[in-house]
Amino acid sequence: MTPRLSLQGVTRRFGPVAALDGVTLDVAPGEFLALLGGSGSGKSTLLRVVAGFEAPDAGAVRLDGADLAGVPPHRRPVNMMFQSYALFPHLSVAANIGYGLRREGRPRAEIAARVAEAAAMLGLEGLEARRPHALSGGQRQRVALARALVKRPRLLLLDEPLGALDAGLRERTGFELRAIQRESGAAFVMVTHDQAEALALADRIAVMDRGRIVQSGAPRAVYDRPATRFVAGFLGAANVLDGARTADGALLCPAAACTIRADRPLPEGTAAVAIRPERIRLGAGTGDNAAEAVVEEAAFRGESSTLLLRLPGGASLRVLHPEEDGPPPPRGEAVRIGWDAASVVPLAG
Amino acid sequence: MRIALRLLPGLWLALLVAAPLILVGVMALSWQAVGIPPYEPPWRGQGINPDNLRLLLEDPHYRASLIQSLTTAAATAALCLLLAAPMGVAIARAGRLRNALLAAVLLPFWTGFLIRLGAWIGLLRDEGWINAALRALGLTEAPIPLLYTQGALLVGMVHAYLPFAVLPVFAAATRLDPVLEQAAADLGATPGRAFLTVTLPQLFPALAAAFLLVFIPAAGEYVIPELLGPPEATLVGRVVFQEFFQNRDWPVAAALAVALLALLLGPILLFQRLGRAGP
Repeated sequence: MTPRLSLQGVTRRFGPVAALDGVTLDVAPGEFLALLGGSGSGKSTLLRVVAGFEAPDAGAVRLDGADLAGVPPHRRPVNMMFQSYALFPHLSVAANIGYGLRREGRPRAEIAARVAEAAAMLGLEGLEARRPHALSGGQRQRVALARALVKRPRLLLLDEPLGALDAGLRERTGFELRAIQRESGAAFVMVTHDQAEALALADRIAVMDRGRIVQSGAPRAVYDRPATRFVAGFLGAANVLDGARTADGALLCPAAACTIRADRPLPEGTAAVAIRPERIRLGAGTGDNAAEAVVEEAAFRGESSTLLLRLPGGASLRVLHPEEDGPPPPRGEAVRIGWDAASVVPLAG
Repeated sequence: MRIALRLLPGLWLALLVAAPLILVGVMALSWQAVGIPPYEPPWRGQGINPDNLRLLLEDPHYRASLIQSLTTAAATAALCLLLAAPMGVAIARAGRLRNALLAAVLLPFWTGFLIRLGAWIGLLRDEGWINAALRALGLTEAPIPLLYTQGALLVGMVHAYLPFAVLPVFAAATRLDPVLEQAAADLGATPGRAFLTVTLPQLFPALAAAFLLVFIPAAGEYVIPELLGPPEATLVGRVVFQEFFQNRDWPVAAALAVALLALLLGPILLFQRLGRAGP
């Protein structure tokens, strides 16, 4: 099957800086992809290249197999939802939503019907005559989404679509976004710096760092098996332990004063492993995959507490202590910790 | 000290705006007389003179001069807008050249007004640079009359008032969000369409302000019609001058001034409203 969107070695330089450095990426029809990265990772530039606002210095962008090189933004069957929403302040909600259809020269009746349909889908009924400045942040976000979706794009680009919403609204809107994506059948490419958002919404996430895609895959796979130190730290703030690989495929970790063993021998050259905070248990284990530690700090988070543990070798570990296991040990207490071999993820670089 | 600071603007307004206005208003209701000053105020026994204002309504000469002033001012303001809209937007988007271009717009203010008009006369007159160039190119044998035409009048007016139109458009254009034009492009608008449907409508309040900012002073312009315009361009400024200094009919001149002010009151109030309704 031809991918909906296909990027081949796309590079975009701003002076000496490569905002995009040979990005290769496919998005299937109907897929919801999240581009996850910090500021300056190139994720927004990637979106702007696909929308046509930036021309790549090298590489190809194809939509359903057709090369988009030289096609100006207004002729690309791709729509974008801007981070600031970019609603037209002088137009009503209905006129904002219908703007793209008017540019297509659709008949008046069709525009009215499709605008009404989009307004209904996003719960904007009754607000059609209002101007953007008379809307709440959540309503503006919906108008921006409706305005892009009403064109029935083959590919919708979303730049931090939930970024400007407050926390409560963000979760609800996220669920709705997911439902709308399934309903519309369009491929969505969403840019976000919020890992929770990416994990919750996307079929697939691609983690970006310094203009490159460092890992991509299903959210659970990327979360459970981060490939690099950067991904391990960025997604779920995993503990990264450095050490030296032993002949039988374990990692001798002086900072933690223990030997770490995965469920299969670590690959040659492995010098670091990641262990998720929620995979480390208190009071368990002897021998390998276990260590002594002192509680340095404990932060209560409602359903759990985050403990900061200091190990005798100097390493510092974050551990998630579920509330159902009882109150966490107090500060200064010595504890034993352990983890399953299956939780140990070897990191490349 | 605080009270003095508060009174000061009131004092200026009373001395420099209210007093002259009242003086002109009284003069418009006075009688022409031989003497210095050449009029007799109503309280000298003759009472209020209604003839000056009535004359303006009945005599086609005065009526025509008022109408001609308003149409010339409107044409000037419209031409200024036509130039100022693209100029203001372009300067706002000129990046590093922005300040240099803005300075270029304001540069004419640094040279004398009369000197600039003198330059236009030098360009436009029969032996001027433009006719000399046309003759040198063999395009014409006899000089084409350029000076003292309606065209020369409008060129001079637009030249003098253009900065007043560019500045409000520029100021509004700097506040525009460039992402909005990208959003328009993303939704299928060509660059021209995006300008017409997204950028221009957001500039409407500034364009209206620019129009009035030119229209209001241009309606009372005296010097440019006198120096560049045709003899038949008897704009109200010129007529006021004639009544004051040639006919020595101060009451009629004052009545004309009051009539012009009354006609401009609407646009002035509209301008004030625009200022309040601004973004």
